[in-house]
Amino acid sequence: MTHLPIPKTYKLFIGGKFPRSESGRSYSVESPNGEFIAHAAQSSRKDARDAVVAARSAFGSWSRATAYNRGQVLYRIAEMLEGRTDQFVAELVRGGATEKAARTEVVAAIDSLVWHAGWTDKYAQVVGGANPVAGPFFNLTVPEPTGVVVAVADQTASPLLGLVAAVAPAITTGNAVVVIAHEAAPCASMSFAEVIATSDVPGGVVNILTGSPGELLPWLSSHADVNAIDLSGIAGELAVECERSAAETLMRVIRPGRFIAAHTSFDRIGAFVETKTVWHTKSLA
Amino acid sequence: MSFLDFAPAPESTGVLNLRKSYGLFINGEFVDGHGDSITTISPATEKPIAEIAHANSHDVGVAVSAARKAHDTVWSRMSGTDRGKYLFRIARLIQERAREFAVAETLDNGKPIRETRDVDIPLVAAWFFHYAGWADKLEWAGLGPNPRSLGVAGQIIPWNFPLMMLAWKVAPALAAGNTVVLKPAETTPLTALLFAEVCQQAGLPAGVVNIVPGLGEVAGAALVEHPGINKIAFTGSTAVGRHIARSLAGTDVALTLELGGKGANIVFDDAPIDEAIEGIVRGIYFNQGHVCCAGSRLLVQENVHDEVVDKLTRRISTLRMGDPLDKNTDIGAINSREQLDRISALVSQGEAEGGVRWSLDCEIPKAGFWFRPTVFTGVATSNTVAREEIFGPVLSVLTFRTADEAIAKANNTPYGLSAGIWTNTASRMLQVADELRAGVIWANTFNQFDPASPFGGYKESGYGREGGRHGLAAYLTAEGKR
Repeated sequence: MTHLPIPKTYKLFIGGKFPRSESGRSYSVESPNGEFIAHAAQSSRKDARDAVVAARSAFGSWSRATAYNRGQVLYRIAEMLEGRTDQFVAELVRGGATEKAARTEVVAAIDSLVWHAGWTDKYAQVVGGANPVAGPFFNLTVPEPTGVVVAVADQTASPLLGLVAAVAPAITTGNAVVVIAHEAAPCASMSFAEVIATSDVPGGVVNILTGSPGELLPWLSSHADVNAIDLSGIAGELAVECERSAAETLMRVIRPGRFIAAHTSFDRIGAFVETKTVWHTKSLA
Repeated sequence: MSFLDFAPAPESTGVLNLRKSYGLFINGEFVDGHGDSITTISPATEKPIAEIAHANSHDVGVAVSAARKAHDTVWSRMSGTDRGKYLFRIARLIQERAREFAVAETLDNGKPIRETRDVDIPLVAAWFFHYAGWADKLEWAGLGPNPRSLGVAGQIIPWNFPLMMLAWKVAPALAAGNTVVLKPAETTPLTALLFAEVCQQAGLPAGVVNIVPGLGEVAGAALVEHPGINKIAFTGSTAVGRHIARSLAGTDVALTLELGGKGANIVFDDAPIDEAIEGIVRGIYFNQGHVCCAGSRLLVQENVHDEVVDKLTRRISTLRMGDPLDKNTDIGAINSREQLDRISALVSQGEAEGGVRWSLDCEIPKAGFWFRPTVFTGVATSNTVAREEIFGPVLSVLTFRTADEAIAKANNTPYGLSAGIWTNTASRMLQVADELRAGVIWANTFNQFDPASPFGGYKESGYGREGGRHGLAAYLTAEGKR
């Protein structure tokens, strides 16, 4: 029996749903030798804003979830990805990777998720703690998630691993993320959205956009409800422009290059936390 | 004499041995500046204190070169043990000259001697003592086994806690092996220049600490834009912080910002009310309200509003405003005419928008800059006095019914530096502390500072922390990374 394949329509991932771009636009994704692979949604600034709204509404409950719960959810993402390894290898190969490189990339993405899953209930203990102040006070410092984080996946290589490396550190501590996928090779990223959608990740915690970073980032870096922006995945004048507009709202900026190849980076987790210190009087009265 | 009248008890200025004029402090020596020098005055009397040289961009360049040389050839190569010993020496010299520093600070800034003597200067010494001990323990700072200094740090500090802000910036930078070029505020350069003398007395190698008084738009801008700087640490207004962040876009200069605030001080109906009254006063009238983490928005649970406001105004009525050098003074002078004008304008706006104003009925000295402690009741969340940082002795009172409402109102600001919680229910305190989006939460206390305790803001109050290990890490990089 023969089966005529059914190609997948790649859409966006916003608020746990898979909408098309509200603009109705798409662009064609091709392999390095020019073969048509699929159409991807060309996100608009409205899609970007919708994604920020979804992330903001998801932030409250995700940031309040127990660290143990967040760890299990992150581990669940790794489980789902593991089960679909062959699919992702095939997608990366179609995008031009060798079979070996594709498999290495998927394994690294899984391992990155497992690594981050383990950090959720340890990070605060490592970076926070009791402060020995000179007075009768309980004084405790804890890290808290910064809020809504915008990230760009590495635009030069490793479309799946670059996306995972941009998302995992932020959600480990309870942030909600809007991430722009590798523009030229977005298919694996949008398939990764299916992994997220089946991994107990609350809708809106991870939002994935496809399209042009150059078109979307100016809106996102000047968005007053974005708390941090990770520009690791891009370079050049676009990154400088984004950093300049981010200064208007004083959102936290992770500059290009700092974490480009880091998919298990302690410092990258720390880039998306705020440090809170609580004082309380002590007395027997 | 009523029970509130005291005979004058002024602290003697005889302890001071000020020069008529001060140069810039570059490469271990006082040198002439090429900007237009100014006369620094006492805001309490408007009388001149000393002539202060101002740096222009050329002077800043010379200071950065001196700092670079000192960093590369001496300070970053010195053993942590020895760097620590220099910092311990500085801590001790500050303690030995504490009274002198307190008097000089009060003279130049206008804040009460009670505060400079009991808070500012002791904390300065404590800050150096704390970070001295870090200098030979950098491998425990959380940046891996071999952390390194960033290089030359440009530091720009405000006028509200002049020497304390210097200590918060200089102590961790030096402990981590950086050298510094510090620009004190235009109206309060005096104690930074006395600190330069302390550096000389401590035998600190030339160029490790450089002090360049000057205008923000001249010396400050030159420091931020200088290509030889590796780190900028700024404490001041959110507007200037934005400007600095924009100027540093596209560079690899590290940046920490400690900016404005509009701190909520939340009083629940089960709070220890008398202690809360003291905390409210400490939260907004400490240092004439010139405090970025001031508790300038009082959120009171509706059923205790009248009791709290009544007790509060009665307590404020016992505050004594006047000569900052008098040991009985609670409220000193506003730091400058410019700041006084800003406070007055915002208070007028508060009245125009319908807030009910109450101000302490007290005599105001003829010379100098003064503003009576003021309370606004009947304030709506949309009112200017509930939204904008006034940076003066002005409290806005709002009410709430439920804890959720208190949290929502407290977080309803672009700032996120400090907040206070007054309740005797520990579980409620901890939950509210979790929900507040602010970097420092004081529960049943307010305006406490300690070198071991990280301080800094969320959102538009800036980024980075000062104090403790976190404050040290802000001046370090893991090996091979910057």
